Amino acid sequence: MKKLIALVLALMMLVPAFSVADDLPVIKIGVYEPASGDSGAGGKQETLGVQYANAKTPTVEIGGTTYKVELVMADNGSSTDKAPSAAQKLVSENVSVVLGSYGSGVSIAGSDYFKDANIPAIGLTCTNPQVTAGNSHYFRVCFLDPFQGTVLANYASKELGATTVYCLGELGNDYDQGLITYFKQAFEALGGMVIVDSFPTGTADFTSYLTNATGYNADVFFCPVSIAYSTQIIQQASAQGLEIAILGGDTLDSNVVADADKGTNVKVVITTFYQEGANAEFDEGFKAWLNENPDMMTNNGGNDVISAVSVMGYDGYYVALAALQAAGSTDGAAVMAALPSVEIDGVSGHIKFDETGDAVRTSAFVKTVNNETGEWQFVTEQTVD
Amino acid sequence: MWDTIFPYLLSGISVGGQYALIAIGYTMVYGILRLINFAHGDVFMVAGIIMVYIAASGLPLWLCIPLVLLITVAVGFLIERAAYRPLRSAPRMSVMISAIGVSYMLQNLVLYITGGLNKQYPTIPGISDTVAIGAAKTKVVTVITPFLVIILVVALVMLINKTKIGMAMRAVSKDFETSQLMGIKINNVISMTFIIGSFLAGVGSILFFTNYPTVIQTSGAMPGLKAFVAAVFGGIGSIPGAVIGAFIIGIMENIIKGLDVILFKAGVISAPLGLATFSDAFSFALLIIILVVKPTGLFGEKVTDKV
Repeated sequence: MKKLIALVLALMMLVPAFSVADDLPVIKIGVYEPASGDSGAGGKQETLGVQYANAKTPTVEIGGTTYKVELVMADNGSSTDKAPSAAQKLVSENVSVVLGSYGSGVSIAGSDYFKDANIPAIGLTCTNPQVTAGNSHYFRVCFLDPFQGTVLANYASKELGATTVYCLGELGNDYDQGLITYFKQAFEALGGMVIVDSFPTGTADFTSYLTNATGYNADVFFCPVSIAYSTQIIQQASAQGLEIAILGGDTLDSNVVADADKGTNVKVVITTFYQEGANAEFDEGFKAWLNENPDMMTNNGGNDVISAVSVMGYDGYYVALAALQAAGSTDGAAVMAALPSVEIDGVSGHIKFDETGDAVRTSAFVKTVNNETGEWQFVTEQTVD
Repeated sequence: MWDTIFPYLLSGISVGGQYALIAIGYTMVYGILRLINFAHGDVFMVAGIIMVYIAASGLPLWLCIPLVLLITVAVGFLIERAAYRPLRSAPRMSVMISAIGVSYMLQNLVLYITGGLNKQYPTIPGISDTVAIGAAKTKVVTVITPFLVIILVVALVMLINKTKIGMAMRAVSKDFETSQLMGIKINNVISMTFIIGSFLAGVGSILFFTNYPTVIQTSGAMPGLKAFVAAVFGGIGSIPGAVIGAFIIGIMENIIKGLDVILFKAGVISAPLGLATFSDAFSFALLIIILVVKPTGLFGEKVTDKV
């Protein structure tokens, strides 16, 4: 009996091998994103952008042959200790190019595996300079933290009239700590005072940190943290009756955060890559696609509000296709050589790389949550001199 | 000065109470089975997730709460039945590994069900409201927690000291084999221990997640670890010890988070020192000091090895 079961199970494993039957040759693009952990929600939304682009353009012509694009997903679990195995999975799957990741720390952790395998990577929303600095294989389509930090500092000082800012980041998180450092530099240059605290991973109780901000008479609470932590902070701020604005980076740009702020009196202001309404064609297409696919809708947090990270995923996919076409080959090294000269007009703006491999970006969108409807509202498009 | 410290104290008492409810589960199971039930923090997290899904199904809230407690108790009971009871005669290390396995299994199960997305805990009318105490604003649940903990602990101590099952528990914790020979049905006693522990973890989860309303699969890890530290700190096996240990840990970590502000306002320091970063380090350092000075914890019984 046991042997029979074992035989049946073994035969079942063969079934998928037969079911794959497609006449087109396949090119693999790796999606290196967190699908679980603290950044799981953000990673899934970023992946949605890639998946939508893939659904829209499932094939690519490389060197005269039409290839079917297959997305290979690897969950880096939002943590730097799970990142290597996810990166190795993509390497062993022989992907031609990698997209991701949400979160700079995991991008850095996976970077060397792609480098050793001669696979180029395109960062979608990882904003820490160290991701691409000194790397010829890592590119990026979004803006960087020194820029974002300066934009936020300018906004806090000029628009919110802040003189003291309380910053809170996760201990050991490259993204949080990096952005806070750049914010601090820029804000102190503007003549303000910055107080920085860090909380250990896994913290749920932020009440004392909020009390600290009040204790220092801070004018702004700056917390560029993961979505899971920011929802906690917003809700606890509401319970404590925090009167100052909460300022955040691109990670907070999620409908999950807007939902948490709905019905409270907490003002949340963030900088991000895209504002819904800037490209009507993309907005409509993406929403229609979400509404057709209930699973995707769940991954987007249960509604069809567009996150900026999805837009970056979408643009990143087309950058990858453009690079593959320019390379005329599916070989990673060739794609890497072609990437620096790739230019496309993406949904988030014109994308062109500088000598480090970073997209040239000069403006960021500032958004705030409407406390009544729980939706993101456009405030301004901020540039830095 | 008092106005500065008070909000931290309030946060500390509240989170301490929630740690206490989890710590009792650790300490009771240890007292009876000499097993550190690593899955206990995850039972606490599972209770939170169950609440999210039951409330989302549209049941009225007065029905949700007892239902959540009932299911949590069932989960705790089943874990003991499936993962610990078959290993009763195995070396203690095997049971501990089994507990670690259960812990990972629960986390991954929840990861699978939720897809790794954080879930919003439902708002419970009454205890989720904001209340002002002096200069500090907080949720009603913060104020209720310490009183509820005291009531539950008194009830538990009465149960252990005054009832037949309580007497059986005390006997089993003193000498496992002899009590078995004296006709105590130890399997029932152990099941009862897990039922009580899971029930308290369920109550703790309602209080905790009402305060900090985001649940993910790792939500149980940190509170579980802190509660375990509290149980060891108070002397593992001792219920009053676990409760007092939990309150001390909760208050300590919140005071340290705010120490910069307190010192700053008192004029002791002129610029923040960044001490808040060390809040966890302080709690664990405190544990080490206590264990060095008093290896059995604050209220732990001295164990004499019988030859």
